[in-house]
Amino acid sequence: MSEPLLQAINLECERDERLLFQNLSFSILPGTVTRVEGPNGTGKTTLLRILAGLNDAWSGDLLWCGEPRSRQRESFLRNTLYLGHRPGIKPLLTPMENLRALMAGRRPVSDKLLSQALAGTGLAGFERVPCRNLSAGQQRRVALARLLIADEPLWLLDEVFTAIDASGVQAIEALLQQRAAEGGAVLVTTHHDLQLPGMNRITLGQGQNHEC
Amino acid sequence: MNAKVDAVLKPVETGVGPVQAMIAVFSRDVRVAFRQRQDLLNPLLFFVMVVTLFPLGVSPEVEFLRQSGAGILWVAALLSVLLSLDHLFRHDFDDGTLEQLVLQPQPLFLLVLAKTLAHWMLTGLPLVLLTPILGIMVHLEGNSIAILCLTLLIGTPVLSLIGAIGAALTLGLRSAGVLLSLLIIPLYIPVLIFGTGTVAAASEGAPVAGYLALMGAFLVLALTLAPFASAAALRISMSNS
Repeated sequence: MSEPLLQAINLECERDERLLFQNLSFSILPGTVTRVEGPNGTGKTTLLRILAGLNDAWSGDLLWCGEPRSRQRESFLRNTLYLGHRPGIKPLLTPMENLRALMAGRRPVSDKLLSQALAGTGLAGFERVPCRNLSAGQQRRVALARLLIADEPLWLLDEVFTAIDASGVQAIEALLQQRAAEGGAVLVTTHHDLQLPGMNRITLGQGQNHEC
Repeated sequence: MNAKVDAVLKPVETGVGPVQAMIAVFSRDVRVAFRQRQDLLNPLLFFVMVVTLFPLGVSPEVEFLRQSGAGILWVAALLSVLLSLDHLFRHDFDDGTLEQLVLQPQPLFLLVLAKTLAHWMLTGLPLVLLTPILGIMVHLEGNSIAILCLTLLIGTPVLSLIGAIGAALTLGLRSAGVLLSLLIIPLYIPVLIFGTGTVAAASEGAPVAGYLALMGAFLVLALTLAPFASAAALRISMSNS
């Protein structure tokens, strides 16, 4: 067994005076895909935001490579890619400019690689069109192009299949699997019926939700 | 640390340095702003309109305008910066770029500083550049106009830097406008008093070096402390959304 990248111990989160989850413990190992599932409003997005470090309203322990995450902040941020509901795409910029700006904060990437990534998500020919003129699915694809050039070993993907067509969904599934085979770890929330061999599951909202 | 995990992890040094990341944030903000020019013009138009309407509403007499001109320009500049503050983080918050900014491995206060400097360059600096023309319009003397420009040049970055704290704090709220003004205006008052005080002293022929030094001190204080406060406020707003 290899050491977990990220380990959650007894996570508990309360939101708007409602207990979303408690005593939630799990490990994310390199080379695995983990699906977070549960009905609407059970805290899937909140859990992902907590794991990404965007939400501080939780208690319990989060270990990054065996050490408390708060002490490993820089290493954690460098090695984690979070893709949220809001994809981080500026409507006024072109796909190319958006992708370049998103990558500029993470690692140096050549323009050639950027346009290859855009072409890989089916956006060839749209490089110079402002994103507000693209469809919702195409805008998601701009954000997804990051996955093709990401080198971060941990991916946290929130509702990554939203507004993506059938062939796109297949491509993403293949990408996640390939990523796991390469030793990366993927945590994904989705309502899409994702079936990958060897996939782990974290199920939220199993009767532990009660008013308090 | 386990050897297997180490093999997967990328060392922090393979990322992007803070300076390059700041340049990237700055240039993206400038590029977005130039794609939406009417947003750039709004605070400028407000500035020009307030200064133009004042003589019409109060008194067009040369003596009155010469005395209160610097004050009018300063108040108008302050309010137009205040008007533009809500945009500083709002769009980024709505489209998710702010989440990605907070999650960048570089220190957040530096990235916020880059955003704030971009905001100043796009709102504060144009106001300073317009000031000489409006100064002539309200019959200020040449020397007073020069000093007024200088005080605005030192003062408007302070307004942007302090304003960023308020904008970050009120980000998660639906109607942030009123609260933002209430939070920020008390902090703007010292800048306003010393800004107009400098011009008043200059027009009476008194030495202004002391006033300018104090304004410089405001700027240094804001430059060194405000980005930390804004970054902390951003994290809080992010956590509550």
